[in-house]
Amino acid sequence: MFSYISCRTFSVAPAMSARTHVNYEVKEDVAVIRMNDPTSKVNTLSVQMQNEMIEVFNEVLANDAVQSAVLISSKPGCFIAGADINMIQACNTSEEVTKLSQEGQKMFARIENSPKPIVAAINGPCLGGGLEFAIACQYRVATKSKKTVLGTPEVMLGLLPGAGGTQRLPKMVGIPGAFDMMLTGRNIRADKAKKMGLVHQLVDPLGPGLKSPEERTIEYLEEVAIQCAKGIVNKKISLTKEKGMMQKVQDYVMGIEFVRQQIYKTVTAKVMKMSKGLYPAPLKIIESVKAGLEQGPDSGYLAEAQNFGKLAMTSESNALIGLYHGQVACKKNRFGVPERPVKNLAILGAGLMGAGIAQVTVDKGIHTVLKDTTVEGLSRGQQQVYKGLNDKTKKKTITSFERDFTLASLTGQLDYSGFEKADMVIEAVFEDLNIKHRVIKEVEAVIPPHCIFATNTSALPIKDIAAASIRPEKVIGMHYFSPVDKMQLLEIITTDKTSKDTTASAVAVGLKQGKVIIVVGDGPGFYTTRCLAPMLAEAVRLLQEGVDPKKLDALTTGFGFPVGAATLADEVGIDVAAHVAEDLGKAFGSRFGGGNVEVLKTMVEKGFKGRKSGKGCYVYTPGLKSKDVNPDIEDVLGKYKLTPNPLVSSDSDVQYRLVSRFVNEAVMCLQEGILNGPVEGDIGAVFGLGFPPCLGGPFRFVDTFGANKLVEKMKRYEEVYGNHFTPCQLLLDHAKDSSKRFHK
Amino acid sequence: MNAIRGKTSFKTAHLLQACPYLTATRSLSTSVQLHAQVQTKSKKTLAKPGVKNIVLVEGVRTPFLLSGTTYADLMPHDLARAALQGLLHKTSLPKDAVDYIIYGTVIQEVKTSNVAREASLGAGFSDKIPSHTVTMACISSNVAMTTGVGLITAGQCDTIVAGGVEFMSDVPIRHSRKMRKTMLALNRAKTLGQRLSLIGSIRMAHLTPELPAVAEFSTAETMGHSADRLAAAFGVTRLEQDEFALRSHTLAKQAQDAGLLSDVISFKVPGRDTVAKDNGIRPSSMEQLAKLKPAFIKPHGTVTAANSSFLTDGASAVLIMSEEKALAMGYKPKAYLRDFVFVSQDPKDQLLLGPAYGTPKVLARAGLTMDDIDVFEFHEAFAGQIMANLKALDSDWFAQTYMGRKVKVGAPAMEKFNLWGGSLSLGHPFGATGCRLVTTVAHRLLKEGGQYGLVAACAAGGQGHAMVIEAYPQ
Repeated sequence: MFSYISCRTFSVAPAMSARTHVNYEVKEDVAVIRMNDPTSKVNTLSVQMQNEMIEVFNEVLANDAVQSAVLISSKPGCFIAGADINMIQACNTSEEVTKLSQEGQKMFARIENSPKPIVAAINGPCLGGGLEFAIACQYRVATKSKKTVLGTPEVMLGLLPGAGGTQRLPKMVGIPGAFDMMLTGRNIRADKAKKMGLVHQLVDPLGPGLKSPEERTIEYLEEVAIQCAKGIVNKKISLTKEKGMMQKVQDYVMGIEFVRQQIYKTVTAKVMKMSKGLYPAPLKIIESVKAGLEQGPDSGYLAEAQNFGKLAMTSESNALIGLYHGQVACKKNRFGVPERPVKNLAILGAGLMGAGIAQVTVDKGIHTVLKDTTVEGLSRGQQQVYKGLNDKTKKKTITSFERDFTLASLTGQLDYSGFEKADMVIEAVFEDLNIKHRVIKEVEAVIPPHCIFATNTSALPIKDIAAASIRPEKVIGMHYFSPVDKMQLLEIITTDKTSKDTTASAVAVGLKQGKVIIVVGDGPGFYTTRCLAPMLAEAVRLLQEGVDPKKLDALTTGFGFPVGAATLADEVGIDVAAHVAEDLGKAFGSRFGGGNVEVLKTMVEKGFKGRKSGKGCYVYTPGLKSKDVNPDIEDVLGKYKLTPNPLVSSDSDVQYRLVSRFVNEAVMCLQEGILNGPVEGDIGAVFGLGFPPCLGGPFRFVDTFGANKLVEKMKRYEEVYGNHFTPCQLLLDHAKDSSKRFHK
Repeated sequence: MNAIRGKTSFKTAHLLQACPYLTATRSLSTSVQLHAQVQTKSKKTLAKPGVKNIVLVEGVRTPFLLSGTTYADLMPHDLARAALQGLLHKTSLPKDAVDYIIYGTVIQEVKTSNVAREASLGAGFSDKIPSHTVTMACISSNVAMTTGVGLITAGQCDTIVAGGVEFMSDVPIRHSRKMRKTMLALNRAKTLGQRLSLIGSIRMAHLTPELPAVAEFSTAETMGHSADRLAAAFGVTRLEQDEFALRSHTLAKQAQDAGLLSDVISFKVPGRDTVAKDNGIRPSSMEQLAKLKPAFIKPHGTVTAANSSFLTDGASAVLIMSEEKALAMGYKPKAYLRDFVFVSQDPKDQLLLGPAYGTPKVLARAGLTMDDIDVFEFHEAFAGQIMANLKALDSDWFAQTYMGRKVKVGAPAMEKFNLWGGSLSLGHPFGATGCRLVTTVAHRLLKEGGQYGLVAACAAGGQGHAMVIEAYPQ
């Protein structure tokens, strides 16, 4: 059978030699267009790729032997990951970007109107510009592989799908579906995409055969896509799909202008509520979709291109793209490959943190031991891990078998048996130096010489913990954020004694756990906690000055923080906040003052420990989403009441008092060498502490806002409150010389 | 060990019956071999010093029928009884001369979960004979046989009846878990009030029945779907599959017409006619086969109803003994049961590759090569699965990448392969197929004059089995 096909196949060798990214061969009467960017791990719609694609497309159209075409990537596991961001960033004006968008629109319009049907054969990510390319094709076949995801993530970069996406998607998946895709930017798996009508046919990934599974799966995808292409040509496959009853009803409803207006209104209101108006991209997406649906395709495509140009020039997009690059950078191990991979990991303490760490480790092929001191504590932790996996089973992202198989790698125990096989121990016991010292001694008595001891602490200096160790080069800090399975950041802390291999190993484990990693120097509060502490101190002062917790939350979220300052304190735990404030206060002196620590301590005494105790700044009723301000907190605050100074108490001042202390501390961490660079500083602040993503992190914020303007504000606050607001030297340097920037 | 065994003492006995090995009479066409002359060959015997020789004395089976046909009103143990009675009748075995009875089955009737016991009692065997039931998907009766071999080898027993039964005309369909929970709670309820409130809690959702899973538990994938993916992975075309299916049906029909399927006993079904023939054999044409739409992967799949085995009712039974005992009781054994292996692989992507893994392993154990084997009987779950296994056996890359072997063992010669039809055409009552394969090898060795036969089969769970069978000197 195969020789039968191959003898009717001839490749277009001369044309291929000149091109590096796109080539094609003709199989019977189907042109198989293959993409592969030899300079990158993924395919992107770069200038080179687009030019070659247009060239090939013209040849295919001109070739009389060709009736149809298949578009496929020969790069394993990637269709097209998106447009080339650098292409957009190289533009200086919105007009230039609009032009880029229009060129893309033109190219895809030609694809859409091609007289020879084109079948997109998708394996691996098909995102952004890649998805826009695919939906311009007449037919789409996708593999059911877990790697195959479709989506329009532009919104997460502060952009919109600028090559016809805002115009084609509503027609293809309906208005609500299109908004959902474009406004959330979420990835859609192949089977869901089929249900939505985004792809026409699915192909199962293949297992071992006479070639490697990956290779054969792509080959199979190509075979099926060729069949489809032929089927379309000889009319065995119809491109106008039969509409179901539901579809007809939906189409009818969407045909009513009033209904569409209601949808725009509802979606806009929802976007405003979620984004507080701080993100322009979602609104421009709605605008572009509306223009196309209400005023026709010409206006629609024009609105899309113009809005795309405008968005590309916004500081928000710049910040979000910066975060994207930073995130990519923080997903690499700059310390090299560790000498031996961690295969057995032991976690001490099955609390929220310990169990959370176990949960993100056990499904990565690492045998995980979870140790606690009591059966009750251990069972709670094991249940947490089980629940985490079982929730995935309920959502059908894993099967019940995969859940059970994963759990088979988890051992719960109360003793140190088996620790002689551990490659790494992460302790997540109570935050008390004496307990940590006792634990490190116990553990070092049973672990093998190569085993790394990592400590999960949010504030205790690692060198103080390592003081009890007989091999401090193997001691490192791994600061996870709660809840571990949701928070992306891992802050790794090295002391001057920590060996490079230990760091490499800790980063490798973190990356396996799916974390975005920053590696910082040792010191009280490291980087993240140290930035957060002054901001929380300021928040407490504001409460003492009579700002209502709800108002405080509204002001912080209004600035772009996903969680308000008062709610954040409740989430972290008032007791933890008090603990940290006291510790860091001792370490850094009066600079960390502001709010009175006694406020927090009194709250703890009264049992207001935050969400976990049901009461903190707010009262939490199980099962209720809304929360009221804790009425008893009035008494506490009344006791420590401060009189606000009207000169620095406007809403805007309140916001900048909170933010400037955060930012100043971050810059000081860079100045002191705690931070390796501004990129890690921005990533740590955004992913660990929820610093407004639209600002791109404290360092980008300084660049965009202007160091001089920030210093000006801080000086004004300094006059009222003293050294809490004294700008650090590095910030002053940047204020003096406006050419100094943290990024580029 | 193997080399020594081959060269020494056990060779002489067979030299007496030595006769030239004539390959020339074998042709490539599908219709050959049915009337080949009886020949014996001068190959070494596989007996091992210090290990008891175990022999297959006789093997029988009920006709294999499409489920829902003549057997529809029976129960599984009825079919097993028929096979057991057939064996008794054919061997004139005294009803108390058996040490142990073992049956294999897959879908268990809850009323007769130890179907071996119910069937042996019902077949009139002495109630002093213990019996148990084993399960290992499509190789359940292989397990029944090898369990018997183990008992004989260990010196615990001398005479074993092993068999298998599957009854797909009736399968246990359960109440939903919610309903079962309510019903069990009702059992424990003490007051009328409690009972009424439990009855009141029953909703429509409680009434949805639970069918037996047709999918692999660990992967939730149906076997046909996996077979289609396997065929695609090995590049097996629809044409190849249809051709193989047609071959199976054609050969089965020829064997049936020529009266070669002598293991089939006739069975008077209570309330119905006497059945004496398998009823699933339907030689068709390539044109007819090409018309069918794919059954599992739509629209581009290659596995269809016609190139897959069908749901079947049937039972089989074999009499296995130590050689001394068989001879002492005056039997003329049919074959030696020699080396066997069980293998298992990834239930997702290698679900049906048991034969590819088992064959090289059992050949190595027996010190044989592919060329030494005269008769192959592979279980045909799907034509695509068979073709994939043959391609895997014939691939150096597969042998090196997945089996840790230096070279392939090669694919079996088709002129030795499943010449009397297979599961695709004869039918495949899951639990009963293993005994059919072994009995067929023994019968073919006798008929064709070969010395070694090889049985191989795949099973759900990604498991597999292979066994070498040696002709008993005639």
